[in-house]
Amino acid sequence: MSAEAGYNFGYLDENTKRMIRRALLKAVAVPGHQVPFGSREMPLPYGWGTGGIQVTASVIGPDDTLKVIDQGADDTTNAVSIRRFFARVAGVATTERTGEATVIQTRHRIPETPLREGQILVYQVPMPEPLFRLEPRVAETKRMHALADYGLMHVKLYEDIARHGHVAISYNYPVMVADRYLMSPSPIPAFDNPKLHRMPALQLFGAGREKRIYAVPPYTDVRSLDFEDHPFRPVRADAPCALCGSRESYLDEVVTDDRGGRMFVCSDTDYCNTRQAAATQEAAE
Amino acid sequence: MSDAPLLEARGLSLRYGPIAALDEVGIEIHPGEVVAIVGESGSGKTTLLRVLSGLLRPEAGSVTYRDPEGTPHAVHSMGEAALRRLHRSDWGFVHQNPRDGLRMGVSAGGNIGERLMATGARHYGGLRAAATEWLQRVEIDPSRIDTLPGKFSGGMQQRLQIARTLVTHPRLVFMDEPTGGLDVSVQARLLDLLRTLVAELGLAVLLVTHDIAAARLLAHRLLVMRHGKVVEQGLTDRVLDDPQHEYTQLLVASVLAA
Repeated sequence: MSAEAGYNFGYLDENTKRMIRRALLKAVAVPGHQVPFGSREMPLPYGWGTGGIQVTASVIGPDDTLKVIDQGADDTTNAVSIRRFFARVAGVATTERTGEATVIQTRHRIPETPLREGQILVYQVPMPEPLFRLEPRVAETKRMHALADYGLMHVKLYEDIARHGHVAISYNYPVMVADRYLMSPSPIPAFDNPKLHRMPALQLFGAGREKRIYAVPPYTDVRSLDFEDHPFRPVRADAPCALCGSRESYLDEVVTDDRGGRMFVCSDTDYCNTRQAAATQEAAE
Repeated sequence: MSDAPLLEARGLSLRYGPIAALDEVGIEIHPGEVVAIVGESGSGKTTLLRVLSGLLRPEAGSVTYRDPEGTPHAVHSMGEAALRRLHRSDWGFVHQNPRDGLRMGVSAGGNIGERLMATGARHYGGLRAAATEWLQRVEIDPSRIDTLPGKFSGGMQQRLQIARTLVTHPRLVFMDEPTGGLDVSVQARLLDLLRTLVAELGLAVLLVTHDIAAARLLAHRLLVMRHGKVVEQGLTDRVLDDPQHEYTQLLVASVLAA
């Protein structure tokens, strides 16, 4: 596929890409630390993945294969349009297969198929600051990060247990990166948090509106906050996938009619399709 | 009391424009000692407290804190991280208005647990037990552990603030008019409670107050401040029963007899 004429490779100009790459290098060098960068206007609104797109545009090369997922699905509006965007402005190959992709841009999920060395996972981040609901002053949150003063986050977890009997955070569950920085994993379900820990792939996080980039290098310790007597527990709907029967994957609940009918299906469409195809093939043999 | 002072300040000076808030002030606090600073409004009491606790930098003079190993540290050159660590472990600060010292959006138990969590406590059951114990010690019904402080009366809020500060067993507590804004009977109970806790825990307390009765009840030693200067200091009973400086005489004479 060839790139559309009139655009620089990957839409952004080379100086912008260089600026973002510098921020990325710093982010990788200080895992979990938020690095400011000069976020550009992109041809889509803030909140639709401008941060992720700028990071992807800066790291992607002509030989890369791109996969884009939105809530785990390859076929939702946001995923389809971002994939088409890069096919047009960079002419890169695209795929829906997790295993074939070299760069995966994601919103709100980590693929079920374990990632390997050499792959890059780019997250779209709406709010990079994990403390923002607890401490409204940005200067004060920066000071707390600088001094690793994270008692306040534990107060929030304590309050959850006192009120609800468990930590009532089902997505965007705060993590400690390399025992130093408190980090928002972006709004992935808490179910996906264990996948962040010592992942072989490089994880990059871009927040376009908030103008921050952060990263988790391969094989970095990422631990979800918890208490000794209330350990972190990933939550999953207690049902098998209605399409592929998986009992391990993260499920979406889909309302099927207005009489209370509902079904649970895998949120990762590639994982679900692969399993269904394998099952069909097995049945045919 | 050991001979080495816990906190020692020399030659502290600070001006707000033409007004000298502190003028060559020196003070020493020994372990387990309660020192009260009295004086009229605007005499520099609160400024002195803020300078001693490292919240405010003086123009001249030094403040030295001796850690449990006996090593002296210059408070104003120790760096923000070290100072914060000190403030959440070895030191405590009780504000006049409990709303300044409490997190109003967090339950009573969470308020008490915060300092413990900041110093590394990660056991929910342990935090609960500590919060229950401290609520009892400050005479708040432990069944209100999950109540927000906004639902408490002023006196209860102040007692909660004291529990929250003392839970990490600090060695030195700064108190800025802890009984201010409370009615007389509540004040008396609070003073009684403070006196018991201070004796039980062997705390060193630096108490700022304009309430001579509170100072007499709690303090071993008394400093009288006026216009940023310490005009008289000595044992509490000596200063109050036999005031030497004319301002102290005026201060003692102005206490209303009930």
